[in-house]
Amino acid sequence: MEKNRTDVTRCKGCGYCVAECPKQAISFGDHMNAKGYLTIVVDQEKCIQCGSCYRVCPDYVFEIL
Amino acid sequence: MKLKAPDRITFTTSGFCPGCGHGVAGRLIAEVAEEMGLADKLITTVDVACGSLHLSDWHFDTVMAAHGRTLVTAIGLKKVREDNPVLAYYGDGAGYAIGMAETMHAGLRNDNVIAIVVNNAIYGMTGGQMAPTTLPGQKTTSSPYGKDAARFGKPFRIEEAYSGFDIGYLARGALVGAANINRAKKMIRKAFEKHMDGQGLCYVELLSPCPTNWNLTPLKAKEFLLEEMTKHFPLGEFKGGDAK
Amino acid sequence: MSERVLMKGNEALAEAALRAGCRFFAGYPITPQTEILEYLSWRMDEVGGSYTQAESELAAVNMVMGAASGGARALTTSSGPGFSLKQEGISYLCASDLPAVIVNVMRIGSGLGDISQGQGDYWQMTRGGGHGDYRTIVLAPNSVQENADLTYLAFDLAEKYRHPVLMASDAAIGQMIEAVELPEFKEHDNDKFDWSVKGGTMAEEYRRIQNIFYSMGLPYEDFLREKYAKMEAEEQRWESTAVEDAELVLVAYGISSRVCEEVVEGARAKGLKVGLIRPITLYPFPVKAFEEAKNAKAFMTVEMNLLAQMTDDVRLATGCRIPVYHYGSIFSISDTQELIARAEEVIIEAKGGKL
Repeated sequence: MEKNRTDVTRCKGCGYCVAECPKQAISFGDHMNAKGYLTIVVDQEKCIQCGSCYRVCPDYVFEIL
Repeated sequence: MKLKAPDRITFTTSGFCPGCGHGVAGRLIAEVAEEMGLADKLITTVDVACGSLHLSDWHFDTVMAAHGRTLVTAIGLKKVREDNPVLAYYGDGAGYAIGMAETMHAGLRNDNVIAIVVNNAIYGMTGGQMAPTTLPGQKTTSSPYGKDAARFGKPFRIEEAYSGFDIGYLARGALVGAANINRAKKMIRKAFEKHMDGQGLCYVELLSPCPTNWNLTPLKAKEFLLEEMTKHFPLGEFKGGDAK
Repeated sequence: MSERVLMKGNEALAEAALRAGCRFFAGYPITPQTEILEYLSWRMDEVGGSYTQAESELAAVNMVMGAASGGARALTTSSGPGFSLKQEGISYLCASDLPAVIVNVMRIGSGLGDISQGQGDYWQMTRGGGHGDYRTIVLAPNSVQENADLTYLAFDLAEKYRHPVLMASDAAIGQMIEAVELPEFKEHDNDKFDWSVKGGTMAEEYRRIQNIFYSMGLPYEDFLREKYAKMEAEEQRWESTAVEDAELVLVAYGISSRVCEEVVEGARAKGLKVGLIRPITLYPFPVKAFEEAKNAKAFMTVEMNLLAQMTDDVRLATGCRIPVYHYGSIFSISDTQELIARAEEVIIEAKGGKL
């Protein structure tokens, strides 16, 4: 089930979300976006939809469903 | 819980560097405006520096003011648009160096506008020069051996400068970490409420990481902000906050 | 019903601005402009407008930028050193396509100078005194009546071009007291422009006041050329006195032009063919006025500056075909009799030694 939809075209790879996630559900994947940034991936299983990633993201990557 | 970037953030393109706090600040302003039902009325003024990049991602009528005059441009605008919320958005260089006279006199007059001042302790747009907010010993492109506070002064603190003024609201938040960001949003919300209530100058300074010009990774910049910057710039409400 | 009253030039200017629908003023005290600010400090309240005594001229002109962005008719006024500080805002108003009226009650000298009347800001006002590629319409009143009339007009011109308009008044015009017929009150609606910031729904394109070439791109070049071409074609204003047969045509504006009117009369009484072109717009310079001067053997500007600032424009207007003299002083307004004597010398010189 999709809990946390990401738009990684916006991601700049700052890693704030990775550090903030209380469940270690976010990590860097191996996808580089068109801007040239290594982007994040969300483990939908682990996500508890707390919204921390949404709050700290400066680039509006996350949508909590 | 459903969370989605506010409609007012149209995100055609964001020119901010990775890890910059401006993106969060813009989102908080748009969230508050939408939640309060003020999005259709809000008018903003932005400074010429990094903050002006919001012109391409937020959907509000916006005036790009001269450097350091963002606050007085907002003041002039509010006088002829009394029913609209008017918000001035600028940085510490604009507010505490070139626009210091405007900052002080807006406080003295308690002009009824919202001021959101993004403090990253340096000049961002021009490439990281020393500012009045630069920490003692902090290396910048114009203080390559570290800022000598004996020559250039201690970091400027708005709560001290405004201590004698009766302004509507004064607070300082930080744009890193979910808890801090939640608190910063509450501050912005309070500034909007008091502004709409006609209480005068509602001023929120937001400490923001500038990884690019601090020569740090975003996570190291976050650490620097929380561990070093907050020593000189305490977080909290200084005027018009809840009774403590 | 228009009223005829006795008023100081500065106060007539202030009252006329209100009657033109101006409801926003921000300024800073400086002699010899201060009466405008003092008058508006109480009068603006009476008409329900906004008055601010700002912390500096920089703050004042940028408040005007804000008010103009909101669609208001906005005014700021200053003099000499204070007018220099306004340049930042004037340049930004031009870049952002914003109407506003900025008054310079000119005084003498560079630096601090002094508070008496002067016309040394001609270049600064007509060439675009701030940074960048711009000029502004400049109106030069020579009486209390014109202080009122041209201020009234200035707001219309500012809106017509979405461009700031400057008023080149001076200490003598600002301080003198004369009878003046005040114009009628007119209403201004801040919402009448589609471009002014006012807030809007998501469905609306949001309004951005910024350097307009950011949004316009390359067509900006044609846009700007056309704007200035239109000003030059449509806004030249002047008054001519006895120019058609004149061998010497004086060129003077503001307080100097009042002396020159006497000079023409006195010189004609002595049989000297002297005329006067009085530019009312300093930019666009009234080039068309010079077509009438078919008999001219010489031109002479009479200005309260020593570097002969306006002679540049007279040479350009006449293609450098005819000699252009300059009669200037900065410490006192030119003396009529001295000027008549000088006019005679110039005519003799220009005609090769004989009258």
